[in-house]
Amino acid sequence: MIKVENLVKSFGTVKAVDNISFEVNDGENMVLLGTSGCGKTTLLKMLNRLIEPDSGSITINNENINAQPAEDLRRNMGYVLQNNGLFPHYTVAQNIAVVPSLLKWDKAKTLSRVDELIQKLHLSKDHLDAYPHELSGGQQQRVGLARALAANPPVLLMDEPFGALDNVTRSKIHDEFKALDELKRKTIIMVTHDVQEAFELADRIALMDNGRIVQTGTPTELLFNPVNDFVRGFLQHQRLQLELRAVKLANIWDYLPTGGRKINTSLIPATAGVWEALKNFKFFPRETINLLNQQNREVKSVTFDELMSAYSQFKIQQPHE
Amino acid sequence: MNEHQQTLFEFMQQQADKLGVQTLQHIGLTFISLLIAVIIGLPLGIYITRQKKISGLVLGIAGVLQTIPSIALLGFMIPVLGIGAKPAIVALLLYALLPIIRNTYTGITGVNPAVKEAAIAMGLNKWQVLFKVELPLAMPVILAGIRTATVINVGVATLASYIAAGGLGEFIFGGISLNNTNMILAGAIPAALLAILFDFLLSRLQRLNFKKIRGAVKAAPVLLVLLACLYFIPSAYGSKLTAGFTPEFMGRQDGNLGLVSKYGLKIHTIVINDAVMYKAAQEKELDVISGYSTDGRLKAYDLVVLDDDKKIFPPYYAAPIVREDALKNFPELEKTLNLLSGLITDSVMTDLNYRTDYLHQTPERVAKDFLQSKNLLKPDKGGKNGIVRIGSKIFGEQYILASIYAMLIKGYTDYDVATKTGLGGTKICFDALTNNQIDFYPEYTGTGLLAILQAPTQTVTRLQASKDSTYNYVQRQFQEKYKIKWLKPIGFNNAYALMMRQKQANELNIKTISDLKRYLEIK
Repeated sequence: MIKVENLVKSFGTVKAVDNISFEVNDGENMVLLGTSGCGKTTLLKMLNRLIEPDSGSITINNENINAQPAEDLRRNMGYVLQNNGLFPHYTVAQNIAVVPSLLKWDKAKTLSRVDELIQKLHLSKDHLDAYPHELSGGQQQRVGLARALAANPPVLLMDEPFGALDNVTRSKIHDEFKALDELKRKTIIMVTHDVQEAFELADRIALMDNGRIVQTGTPTELLFNPVNDFVRGFLQHQRLQLELRAVKLANIWDYLPTGGRKINTSLIPATAGVWEALKNFKFFPRETINLLNQQNREVKSVTFDELMSAYSQFKIQQPHE
Repeated sequence: MNEHQQTLFEFMQQQADKLGVQTLQHIGLTFISLLIAVIIGLPLGIYITRQKKISGLVLGIAGVLQTIPSIALLGFMIPVLGIGAKPAIVALLLYALLPIIRNTYTGITGVNPAVKEAAIAMGLNKWQVLFKVELPLAMPVILAGIRTATVINVGVATLASYIAAGGLGEFIFGGISLNNTNMILAGAIPAALLAILFDFLLSRLQRLNFKKIRGAVKAAPVLLVLLACLYFIPSAYGSKLTAGFTPEFMGRQDGNLGLVSKYGLKIHTIVINDAVMYKAAQEKELDVISGYSTDGRLKAYDLVVLDDDKKIFPPYYAAPIVREDALKNFPELEKTLNLLSGLITDSVMTDLNYRTDYLHQTPERVAKDFLQSKNLLKPDKGGKNGIVRIGSKIFGEQYILASIYAMLIKGYTDYDVATKTGLGGTKICFDALTNNQIDFYPEYTGTGLLAILQAPTQTVTRLQASKDSTYNYVQRQFQEKYKIKWLKPIGFNNAYALMMRQKQANELNIKTISDLKRYLEIK
């Protein structure tokens, strides 16, 4: 568990990080969201001591991060940068093996780990001997992620990791990112200014402004229980889409009609968002899709209209702003 | 001029041994200094990327060093480091420093900050960041700096011969002094080729990709040390005494060649510039030097001239040589210049030289005092009837003579004067005269005979005995060949001479060149 307490960092007269405290649970994906200049990157870089705070403390599993040499701390924390920061004079294989070689892993172990990551991140083995400039932006970012994961660190820090990618590549990598087993066990702290990305990847979001955290909570909490106008305003532009993504089928399960035919089509799990379910409609007459609630193994078969109606009933029940 | 005009190729063949030695010395000098410059410049360049506050200061100092003229820099070195390889290497390394420091600094500060940040964030410590990331990425830029430094060094190393450090400059400056184009080219062409070759090789190294460059960079120090060692190969011989001769003296029949053929003198010889030779003799870096019998430093440094008992040094009586055109254009010129004829004897000239060379009086002041003492000084008439252009070679005696002539012309005629002093050696001065860049300059009969006319050996031998026969011969030949007239001799004989420290000569009981030879042959 990462615990940040009363963290302060000023650059000249500007307070980049102004007395921030928060906690990140093990295995949680915490997203620091905010506009540029809000202090989110400064905050992230203090976690692996790229920047030293003026005051305040950071502990990981109750141990202060200053208790060990900065190099040792960093070797146990993956770090992914926006512009990937790959070593241009190292091959892909060498780049991925940077931290294992610092930790003096033996050759065979390193090689098999590199191979494993190449497969998990959908890179080809042909890329191993290539240099970073020979890869596409998406491939470079995958290598950057592989490098951060190589030594299997329990914590992963990501600074706008997908910020430099085009939309198509980004949404593809988002899907891979969510599907990656290895990441599910890790504590991830990710910085982004992209609300969509935050909502898609975060377990919890810390919305920042002017060096302070305005609100911390799950995407749904931010949407339906904003603490002030700033939070409301921040999400306003993409509200409908965010809501459809944030509201899970499980949330509206009770408003959906029971029963339905169990024909041989794929089942959509109730943990998915409404948005996900809507995407499955192909739009032909009397079309239904099948939803599965894993908790009680109940299957519901619903039409587009029934789904939307359930969603609107759920919305009505929410506290009005 | 010669019965047989030697081709460059023949010259190089004939001098192959010397050429080889000089080339090795040249490469050696270049790379010893380069090696040291890298050893100093690279860490310094890295250091100032960490201490940005002093980077401006360090780069500024290195920049200033770069602007000091190379000859001046070599000159500064002599009082501190003497002559020979040491000062030459230090001077060369100072020139090589700036490109290496600057490119190291630029290369490292130019590394993509995201890559550096990633390296730190991966857990590389500061040395690992430097050696695994910053240096490899900055290497092409650093190599470019080393490449620049190498080419600069190959060029500046030609000047090393001025202070007895050898190298291809021996041929180049010897050739300029001796009016020997083949000799100049035999030094200049290999020097140019070396510069081009090293530039090419380093440019290839720079373009190698990252993988190959790692091996190349590891091999480079070894190669550098090997090349630097070349310098020491030729100097593996020695003798009891060390002689320092000017490049000009080395190549002349009435110089080292005559010493070897007529006297059979075998002495460990280094080539050195006239300007530092006397000082080196005084400081016991050299035992025997070539010099001029009227040199003021003879008196200043307590040196003694060895008697030329076999008469290999022909007379060098000084006289103004004038283009005939100029004599026509300036009818009063000849009469005026001849005012000086017979007035300056050997001892007078030595004294005048002593004042400029050792007492550091200006040539103008010395000239004025001299004319005053002879009651020849007249006030400047502010003449407007044309301008007489006086040339002089690049040493004190010629400056004094040029000043005396300038004052005489201004005082006795209606002409104005332009002096073009410091026209290098004989070749440059004489070419300036024949190409109508100057109207006259003081020349020496022996130089006219040997360096300009390049008279055949038999003729030289025949003429050598008497001063008048030499004068008459050159006067006749110059008139025929160049339309240049020798006016009346000034009086002194500034012949070549071998000299030693008075004290040492007395101790060893050496009075003549034959004595010197006998001493050297005693085992």
